[in-house]
Amino acid sequence: MPASKWWARTHEVPGAPRARGFAVTREEWTQAAEDVAAAGGRLISLWTARGADDPSSAAVYAAYWIEAGLLLTELAMAPEEADAPYPGLETLFPSASRMQRAAFELYRVRSTDPDQRPWLHHARADYDFVRVEGEGVHEIAVGPVHAGTIEPGHFRFSVVGEKVLRLEERFGYAHKGIEKRFTELPILEGNRLAARVSGDSAVAFSWAYCQALEGMAGCLVPYRALWLRALCLELERIANHLGDLGALGNDAGFAFALAQFSRIKEELLRETENALGQRYLLAAIVPGGTRVDVSPQAADALAGRVAWVMGEVSELRGIFDDHSGLRDRFTGAGILSPTLATRLGALGLAARASGQSLDARVDLPCKPYDELPPVKVVRTEGDVAARVAVRFDELVESCRLVRSILAALPAGPHVAATRTPESGAFGVGFIEGWRGPVFVALEAGPGGSIRRCHPHDPSWQNWPAIEHAILGNIVPDFPLINKSFNLSYSGADL
Amino acid sequence: MLKTLRKIASVGLVSEPAPPADPLLRIRSALDERIRAVLGRALCIRHVDAGSCNGCELEIQAVNNPLYNLEGLGIRFVASPRHADLLLVTGPVSVNMEAVLRRVYDATPDPKLVVAIGDCGCTGGIFGESGASRGRIANIIPVDVTVPGCPPSPIRILAGILTAITNARGAATGE
Repeated sequence: MPASKWWARTHEVPGAPRARGFAVTREEWTQAAEDVAAAGGRLISLWTARGADDPSSAAVYAAYWIEAGLLLTELAMAPEEADAPYPGLETLFPSASRMQRAAFELYRVRSTDPDQRPWLHHARADYDFVRVEGEGVHEIAVGPVHAGTIEPGHFRFSVVGEKVLRLEERFGYAHKGIEKRFTELPILEGNRLAARVSGDSAVAFSWAYCQALEGMAGCLVPYRALWLRALCLELERIANHLGDLGALGNDAGFAFALAQFSRIKEELLRETENALGQRYLLAAIVPGGTRVDVSPQAADALAGRVAWVMGEVSELRGIFDDHSGLRDRFTGAGILSPTLATRLGALGLAARASGQSLDARVDLPCKPYDELPPVKVVRTEGDVAARVAVRFDELVESCRLVRSILAALPAGPHVAATRTPESGAFGVGFIEGWRGPVFVALEAGPGGSIRRCHPHDPSWQNWPAIEHAILGNIVPDFPLINKSFNLSYSGADL
Repeated sequence: MLKTLRKIASVGLVSEPAPPADPLLRIRSALDERIRAVLGRALCIRHVDAGSCNGCELEIQAVNNPLYNLEGLGIRFVASPRHADLLLVTGPVSVNMEAVLRRVYDATPDPKLVVAIGDCGCTGGIFGESGASRGRIANIIPVDVTVPGCPPSPIRILAGILTAITNARGAATGE
């Protein structure tokens, strides 16, 4: 049965555009996953929950991105069957494995996945890394504390000489109980925590959270607020791409790039603060709209600054392109082939550099993206150079979008009153952040509380892709390859 | 190459003056002033992310940009706690990072300073203390200076670092 047949059985899920869901039996849970995989759909997230009234009952959910939209399946398990493992999806969608391991640790709902090693909880005995054996093979252990200013995580390389035979990631160091913390916050304040799931994607997560909440509560967000949100999201994309491009140059030994890009980024952040009150927009998106508005004068200044950014970036791109040393380090390093990217279900900018034509702003646009369609950037080489090129192209495109948004900013209020959704209401949010699409599933509890909130960062999908992209490369190229993906640790450690 | 050199020449020096130290950020004066004077401004910093959301990391990276130019003050980030005089720690401290943070602290040679960065590092922030989070940095290792903010601006981070190596009269030491 093709994936679209399931679509007919679904009901609308509030929040994200074209999101629909339905309840499945154990057999249908696997069947639907097989059909989605056969149709080239993506697993966006997998999460579990315990019954609100009876914690001995359980449910497991999957969200898929198929051509028709977002498809959600829910497998409810009564108390007598909740201890029987649900069918794992790891053979159809390799990224499901870590999600299933984490879901078991958080909610004690077990899958049939043969890999039952702990993921988020480190208290138990030593972690069982897969050993590579043979003459001359040795291991290099890196982390959780790294040499640079980055997040904590552990990488175990098995190498011969300098060549990487295998990389295994070990994360969970930044696990701080985000899902549990959500349930202690009022539902109208959950956006504050959503913004801190991964600080570099604060706008994407807080927008996705508010999108779910507003859908559930039936709140109409003012037109101007939606445009302001898109402004914030594109500014977040520009800032992160500027930071990454500088760091990528630096990791290839070109310190000039870091100095120049970080200078441009700093000027942009200052103008952002001038226009929106914050350098990083952790508090910008609130239920019902945005916290701040942009004055006409600040909008002009911001548009001018963004035009300046475009000019500077264009000049630096010329320097990057002419630099034989950079080209030598970037080209052919850390290749993620389009076939592998499809098989691993990669998402976001790293996937688009490997031939995956997926951008939620274009394919599943929420307002106002349907009115200012961004140009989708896709390349097929899949190496560091391709990820650098995608960043350059998306950076320029986002600058164009920011200027279009500022020029066409509709009049009106920037925030509307919000209602508290009814207990038991369920909704989802889906927003294309700078790294890739972020997803939030939200269920309301009684009296304005949160019963369950599951935020999902695309890093879950893309971290396993790095384990493949590094194969056959040399260890000293790992920082460069890793930075070219620049994935979130906090966002996936929860 | 010519384009690169031309760009360097046309941009010129963009560094701005450093902010003054802010004694209000100091929560502990464990190190003798004379020792702080010895550490002075030739200071080596090791950053440790003990479980942050990565927002603070973005602003810590910014203090190295040409406008704040931390290295221009003689202060630099180093790759190992064994080379460091000061630990710059973001939080909250996750349970999984607790032992790691203690080990990093022990690996840092005495005399040493600790600056906690961000609301979560200072108080536990929105994450607080839970089964997975130990809360503020000072719950795990001694902290000399706290820099609140979510995330704090590079200027505040700079002020926090300078406060840590400034004597009680408010003058920078080692000069």
